[in-house]
Amino acid sequence: MLQIFSVTKMIDFLKHAKVISIFSMFLVIASLTSLGVKGINWGLDFTGGTVVELEFSKPVDLLELRAQYETDAASGAVVQNFGSSRDVLIRLPVLEDLKSEVQVAAVMDGAQTIDAGVIQKRVEFVGPQVGKELAEQGGLAVIVALICILIYVSFRFEWRLAMGSVAALAHDVIVTLGIFSILQLEFDLTVLAGLLTVVGYSLNDTIVVYDRIRENFLKMRKGGPNEVVNTSITQTMSRTIITTGTTLVVVIALFLKGGSMIHGFATALLCGIFVGTYSSIYVASYLAIKLGICREHMMPVEIEKEGADQPSMMP
Amino acid sequence: MLNKYPMWKNIMVLLVITIGGFYAIPNLFGEDHAVQVVATRGAEVTASTLSSVNGLLESKGIAVKRAELEDGQLIVRVQNAEQQLLAREAIAESLGDKYTVALNLAPATPEWLEAVGGTPMKLGLDLRGGVHFLMEVDMGEAIRKMEEAKIADFRSQLREQKIRYAGVRKTAKGLEIKFRDADNLAKAERYLKSLSNDMVFTDNSVGENYMLHANMSDVYLKQIKEEALQQNITTIRNRVNELGVAEPVVQRQGAERIIVQLPGVQDTARAKEILGATASIEFRMVDENADQAAAANGRVPASSEVYPRRSGGIAVLKKEVMLTGDHITGAQPSFDEYSRPQVSINLDAKGGNIFSNVTKDNIGKPMATLFIEYKDSGQRNPDGTVKMTKIEEVISVATIQARLGRNFVINGLDHAEAQSLALLLRAGALIAPVTIVEERTIGPSLGAENIENGKMAMIWGMAIVLIFMLVYYRAFGVIANLALTANLVMVVGVMSMIPGAVLTLPGIAGMVLTVGMAVDGNVLIFERIREELLAGRSVQQAIHEGYGNAFSTIADANITTFMTALILFAVGTGAVKGFAVTLMIGIATSMFTSIVGTRVIVNLMWGGKRVKKLSI
Repeated sequence: MLQIFSVTKMIDFLKHAKVISIFSMFLVIASLTSLGVKGINWGLDFTGGTVVELEFSKPVDLLELRAQYETDAASGAVVQNFGSSRDVLIRLPVLEDLKSEVQVAAVMDGAQTIDAGVIQKRVEFVGPQVGKELAEQGGLAVIVALICILIYVSFRFEWRLAMGSVAALAHDVIVTLGIFSILQLEFDLTVLAGLLTVVGYSLNDTIVVYDRIRENFLKMRKGGPNEVVNTSITQTMSRTIITTGTTLVVVIALFLKGGSMIHGFATALLCGIFVGTYSSIYVASYLAIKLGICREHMMPVEIEKEGADQPSMMP
Repeated sequence: MLNKYPMWKNIMVLLVITIGGFYAIPNLFGEDHAVQVVATRGAEVTASTLSSVNGLLESKGIAVKRAELEDGQLIVRVQNAEQQLLAREAIAESLGDKYTVALNLAPATPEWLEAVGGTPMKLGLDLRGGVHFLMEVDMGEAIRKMEEAKIADFRSQLREQKIRYAGVRKTAKGLEIKFRDADNLAKAERYLKSLSNDMVFTDNSVGENYMLHANMSDVYLKQIKEEALQQNITTIRNRVNELGVAEPVVQRQGAERIIVQLPGVQDTARAKEILGATASIEFRMVDENADQAAAANGRVPASSEVYPRRSGGIAVLKKEVMLTGDHITGAQPSFDEYSRPQVSINLDAKGGNIFSNVTKDNIGKPMATLFIEYKDSGQRNPDGTVKMTKIEEVISVATIQARLGRNFVINGLDHAEAQSLALLLRAGALIAPVTIVEERTIGPSLGAENIENGKMAMIWGMAIVLIFMLVYYRAFGVIANLALTANLVMVVGVMSMIPGAVLTLPGIAGMVLTVGMAVDGNVLIFERIREELLAGRSVQQAIHEGYGNAFSTIADANITTFMTALILFAVGTGAVKGFAVTLMIGIATSMFTSIVGTRVIVNLMWGGKRVKKLSI
């Protein structure tokens, strides 16, 4: 039997939990500070504006291209490479008294003087009003997701565990946002989708550990909460490593091969998987212990029965 | 006995996977280059059109793969893109302008598969190229129009009842009806209240100032907005059909927005011009009592308004609108006996009745045709929305000679104007102007690139996961891999079966992610089995316990992920929605294949037998 992680002896994951939770708090504070100071590099979806993606027939000198765009209509254009030296992405702000078509036409004119064989691959215009609504909806979506999860986990498990899982999720969302803020990566709709997927993924992880904690509280007659939690984490560790590993492989494939349009999505997931796996151990479980989770809380046997009943019904 | 499924369960699993797989098959066939012919302007696509098109293409030496009539349109499939262009040109030339001939991609699904409802997944714009517009309906304008109609109603209703009033006008507080005495006010209030519950009336008299305020009720306001949106959607759908785009999408989004997607369209300027144009006409009586000179200086009777005439000068028109463009069902440009351009108008039955009454009562009096157009001014408001300018012009004033019915002509236009007015009227008037608040154009090459990228990510991710599972879990790894493959096939199958589901680039990402996360179920089960084996259970016990104990974990974990996907679906738009759909389907199918699917195989291989060791 090939094994990555041995399940025979318990590992004391919570030994350094205090130090690590201080580290977590530091991460959250650093993220919040960065969000407050640097803010988020909102993408087109949220700020509104126009984006033009061009493909040149040969590698293009961005300085030369930028020089072309000092005209009125295309002024304020942000020019950057996108994937390869032939692909260029140009962002244009929303300007009062100026149509996006005029801006796009000016961009194309400028590009054509440099390279006649340039192709316009994508043009996107989003009104600022729409962007504002999206940002509100997106923020709302994350909050609604967290509340639904709080309710579900309280109902299925216990409120202390629910608090732990939601704290872990909030931690993941804030730290992932923090990474986007610190590195000033662009935050667009796909990143928002990625962020919500992180919520789902991280929760997946937390639930697996919680399930074991619940089971072990009932099974292990000896040992305090610390020991039960440690045992549970140890027992689920090989699953965690394998699933995180396979998901990570797939996300890396998306990151490398998926193309530029879902780069943001893959980046958010990549950060989120690391942070989420870590948080399900050190934030979710540790917080539940700090909130005083103990054997008695797990005693309502009906809940356990509900879980134990189902196998005979389904598989 | 442990680890034996009843036969029906085995058969059910086999059946579900077979059905999923079957409906995934159409995706293997790809798409044919095709030319689509749609009839407009009263023409019809019939079997004879089909045979004439077939004959035409044969004479031009263009090989037709398949040509068929489908929902009143003709789809002609040809061998390649080059022949497609030739075919379109030939067909368009021979059929004339009564038909719209467009390039299309038709799924190359064999007929027998199509007959049982097999269709491939629909691709989103980001995968096939095209334009996406998000349009916003100007509700303020829709409400203003209804208020004007109400003012006219009040006037005529009060007059009919012989209730004396001093004036009706619109103020910041709503509609205001003035009276000279309290008696008339009370009578009017009673009468108007009994007529409609659309409006809320309040007596706002101050001293000798007898005023009745009328405001639209919230229900009525909501209804106006709803109708404006629906009417605009219908109109835009008609116009999109005029553009001759294959498989367009026109959909409402929220309370005042409309999504328009035109796959394959690259000429956004023309598309915008047709979609956004809000030309309409109104027929109004000319106020003959008005003093033209006084009107030119801005002194107009309260019941009239001044408009510029296209031919120069001004016209004083009654505020009351006799008929609006909404009732127009057909409009064709033509020429009168002096070869002057004109537009022949057909009205619907209701419009015909109204118009017939109006003209009967006003024979010998002049009636004006008012042309109203909203245009993008090229400027933006400080909040970024497009500033619209309203152009109103009297295009013709004609004396009503006789009672007119459902068909009549408008003249006083030049040739190009007659053409464009006819097109706009035929496509229906937009009840309120729309502005484009979001526009996305994806080139076809980028679409193909996106598909390729998605495929590559899928292949790489899948290959590594499959190899890992095989090495790590050996025989059980093979089973998990079968489940994973079946899961992917089923996601594709389900996506193809759901009529509204569209595959987008984030959707592909969702599928790829499903591959990574779907193994979780099996990993949980297999790790559990290993644990039980290490704890000294027998093989049969270990399998039984492994599946049993892992189940609640898998269910809890997946239900929570499903919840986040559901929230994404509810609040997301476009791409995010696409991602949520594939994720939700992926969660459902992966639970099925990883728990029930693998169990069937495990049971069949090891269940109820004397097994010493498991290959896990």
